[in-house]
Formats: sequence, structure tokens, C-alpha cells
Amino acid sequence: MSNIILETHNLSMKFGGVVAVDNVDFTLRENELRCLIGPNGAGKSTFFKCITGLHKPSSGNIYIQGEETTHWHTHEISHLGIGIKTQVPNVMDGLSVWENIWLSARRYNDVKNANRRVDSVIERIKIGDIAKRLVGELAHGQRQRVELAIVLAADPWLVILDEPAAGMTGVDVEIMIDIIKEINRHAAMIIVEHDMQFIKSIADQVTVFYQGSILMEDNVDIVLADQRVRDVYLGRKV
Amino acid sequence: MQSISQKRLVSGVILALLAMYILPNFIEYSTLSLLIIYAILALSLGLIWGFGGILCFGQAAFFGLGAYSYAVFAVNIGESSIPFILAILTPALFALILGAIMFYGKLSDVYLGVITLVVTLILFRFANSTAGPEYAIGKARLGGFNGMPNFHTLNVPGMPDVYIWDLDFYYVCFILLIICFISLYFLIKSSFGRICIAIGQNEQRIELIGYDVRKYKTIFFGIGGGLAGLAGALYASWAEIVTPGLFSLSQSAEIIIWCIVGGVGTLSGPILGAVILGLLKYYLGQQSLVDNNLVIGSILVLFVLFLPNGLSPALANLWVKITVKTKSRRPNTRRKKVSRAVRGIHNE
Repeated sequence: MSNIILETHNLSMKFGGVVAVDNVDFTLRENELRCLIGPNGAGKSTFFKCITGLHKPSSGNIYIQGEETTHWHTHEISHLGIGIKTQVPNVMDGLSVWENIWLSARRYNDVKNANRRVDSVIERIKIGDIAKRLVGELAHGQRQRVELAIVLAADPWLVILDEPAAGMTGVDVEIMIDIIKEINRHAAMIIVEHDMQFIKSIADQVTVFYQGSILMEDNVDIVLADQRVRDVYLGRKV
Repeated sequence: MQSISQKRLVSGVILALLAMYILPNFIEYSTLSLLIIYAILALSLGLIWGFGGILCFGQAAFFGLGAYSYAVFAVNIGESSIPFILAILTPALFALILGAIMFYGKLSDVYLGVITLVVTLILFRFANSTAGPEYAIGKARLGGFNGMPNFHTLNVPGMPDVYIWDLDFYYVCFILLIICFISLYFLIKSSFGRICIAIGQNEQRIELIGYDVRKYKTIFFGIGGGLAGLAGALYASWAEIVTPGLFSLSQSAEIIIWCIVGGVGTLSGPILGAVILGLLKYYLGQQSLVDNNLVIGSILVLFVLFLPNGLSPALANLWVKITVKTKSRRPNTRRKKVSRAVRGIHNE
């Protein structure tokens, strides 16, 4: 079995009296692609924010490649070689697509190599036709791809995506599925997602969140056939 | 964000050098010197606000600190070169410390505005309350409300007795403005500058990429502070007195108005705004019919309503429209030649 690259022990996040993440023990192995699913308010996005340093957990521990990162800042976690994409496209609207990706490539390369890296990522994500355009002028699906290109420009070994297919049209979703599969050849991935069709197309292992805790964790077919998961999605109490 | 090519930069600098020689024929060089000092001060806020997204309501604090530092060190040292450098470094260091407190403390933009405003007020109050003999730094008495006169003004480096004033002082100010402009142009084109611009656009994305946003913002804020300090040192030498009024809220507000009117997000905008509004204020000050604050305020309202991007981007757009129209009026023969030439290259 491959090595554990990310794990959480009893991770909890409370907002006042509301427990958004409740004692979560989670493990991710090398080259794995794990989908986190669950209904609205299940705690998956809060869990995403905790492991990426966007929220400081109330209790518990996070380890990335054996190093405790529980209270690290986002830039320190990212600096470990982790690519992070948030739910809403998080891009620099006033800069061109090329400049957006360059900023990420420049973080770990000198100027010459950064330029080369940007060109190769643009080719990989197939956004050459919009490379010179301002990101603020682009459609939602294109902005999602630009953000993914930003993430990949840093050549991460772990990619964490929060709802990468949100708000996308059918064609864009197909493109995104291909891109994710291609990324997973070189990097482990955690994908927070709602869309069951999308999950079926990409996932092998799935973790189901419900009321801040992990309800079940198994192969995608078993999870999607499980009555408890269906009940959760239909709003029935488990 | 408006960006200018290096070609335009070179032609702009040549035009500025021409203007440097022509302008004294129309406007008193003493007034011109003050306008240039204002322009440098406006650039300091234009940099951090327009490119880094840091709206500082207390840029006058660094301006005043620069002026006071120059005066204090000039009294103690007896020449201008070292005080001039220290007058840049002191506010830069102050801005670095203040910036570190604000940015590492993760303050939101609103609180950043409040804190910079309050710091200016504290410095204003403090400078006003230093009338007693106990408020002295070395030989320099701070002088309270009356300020500090009688210090060594700008001299030729290494020659304390050879003062730079009148027309020479104007040339020094103008050349320093050009140097500042060119330096900032290359700063915002550098990797550091691009990252700071990106932080102004989307702080979280830059953090997610792996940059320490707090560090970049603090350094950028420090550079803005140093630039305002340079303006302060020049002002002290121009006015030959420094007073608590330099820290006033009206001074801070004026800098913001210069930037809005000239155009935030450009380097030329703040210069344009400071020079035009500074000149207007100068002329309005020579009459008593209309209150000049009322006029400046009205101009601000009109710009916010009808030209929110400011004068510089509007002029740039106008220039683009004129050149496009001129090009489209040219006979087609030239375009055909060009397209043939392009085809020729491709055929090769």
C-alpha cells in the first residue's frame, strides 16, 4: 500500500455553537483521487478550508507528509507543493490569463523557466485561444479552467479542488473531467463535489460527509448504491 | 490597470525634460517646485493604492515625518546629504513597522484606513504639543505649533556652503520626480511589482499560490512611505520651515483627491492630479471670492460621477481614439503594402 500523504486526527471546527466539522479522521494516500461528497452544510467545504489553512481548526491535528500543519498559514501549506482551487473562481480579473498563470509559475521558477512553464500549462489545459485576454472578460467555465491552470503551473504533487464543475455547462464539464484525469496521473487529488454524474466519471474512492462527520468511505459504486447516502441526499435523517 | 510600453516611457521622459525647461517661462519656478513635490507625494499613494490596493488615509503622516526628520537631522548634522537620506529612511521604517502591525495582524481594509487616519491624527496632536524646551532631539527643538525653522536647506553633496535653491532646486525636484517615475515603472514591471499588483486584485489567490501576502504588502507600504518621506524632505527644503500642519487630515485628504482626479492605477495619473489641482489651489488662493476647498470638493464630486477612472486613463483613451481615426483615414495603399510585406515574411 502506498504512503499516507495527508491525514487528520479528530479534526473539529466550531463557529460559535455550530459544529461544522466534528472529530474527522481522514487519510489520503499517494496518487489517490478522493471525492468528498455530502449535502449542503455537511461540512465538506469547511473541512477543505481547514486542511488548506483558510480556517484554523478548533481542535484536532492535520499532518501533510508527516509534518503537522494544523496552524500553518495557507501560503506555507501551498508552499509544500499543494495546489488549491476554491469553489468560486479565485482569479485576478484585471490581469490576462497568461499573467495569472505566470504568477503561479514564478513562485517556484526563475523568470525564464516560469515563462516556459506557463506556455506548457496553457497547452495542457487547452486555453491558448484566450491566453492574452483579461480574465475578467471570460465566461465562468473558462475562468474555472484558468484557475486550474494557475494551480498546475506550480507543479503540485497534491491538488485540492472545491467544486471544480460548479456552474459549468456540459461541454466544459467534459473538458474538466479530462483535465482532472490527466492531473491525477502525476498528483494525488481531493475533490469536493456535489454533482453525482461528475463524481461517477472521475472518482474511485469517495468520502461522504454528513452533519460535520464522515458518514461512510468506500468505492464510488458502493457509496452511490448505499441507502443511507441516498437518504442523506434526499434530506432524510440517517 | 493602464500599462505603458517602454517606448512610451522614453518619449514621456523626453517630453518631461522638455517641459522642465519650458515651464519656468510660464509659471514661477518656486510654485513649480511645490507642484513637483506634490506630484512625488501623490505618486507615493498612487503606488500603494493604485497598484497594491492599499488605501492609506494617512499618507500625510509619512510626508510630515520625512519633513520633520530632514529638519531634525539637518539641525544636528549641519548639512543636507545625510539628513536627506535619513528623511527617506525614517518614514520608510515607520511605514514598515506600521505595515507589519496592520498586515500581519490581518486587518481588513476598513480598519487599515482607520488606523492610518488615527496615526496621522496622533502625529498631528503630538507635533502640536511639542512647544516646550524638553521636546528637543539633540540640538533640534521641535517647536510645537510654530514648527521648526532655521535648518540647513538642500546643499550640493559634500559642499555644505553651496546651497541648491531657486531654479536649481526646481531642476533637482524635477529630475527626482523623473527618477521616481522611472524607478516605479520598473518596480511594477518586476516580479515583485507584479505580485503586489496581483495582491491588490485578489489577495486570497496569491496566498493560495504560496506567496506570503503580509510580507509583500508590508514592503510595498514601506516603499510608499519612503517616497512620501522624499517629498517631505524636499518640502522642508522648499518651505524652510516644518509645521504640524504637514500631518493634517486635509493634507491626507488632498493626496487622495489628487489620485482620484488623476487616475488610480496609473503612474501618470497621480502626478497629473497633483499638478493640476495644486496649480488650481495656488490660483484660487490669490482670490477671496470662492472658497478653494469648495472648488476642489466640487471637482472631486464631478470626477467621481462623470470620470470615475480619472483624467489620465480618459486622456489615454482619447489619444487611442484619435490615433485610430487618423489611421483609418489614411489611404489603403500603405496597408496593402504592409499586408504584402507580412505575406512575404510568411512565404519565406
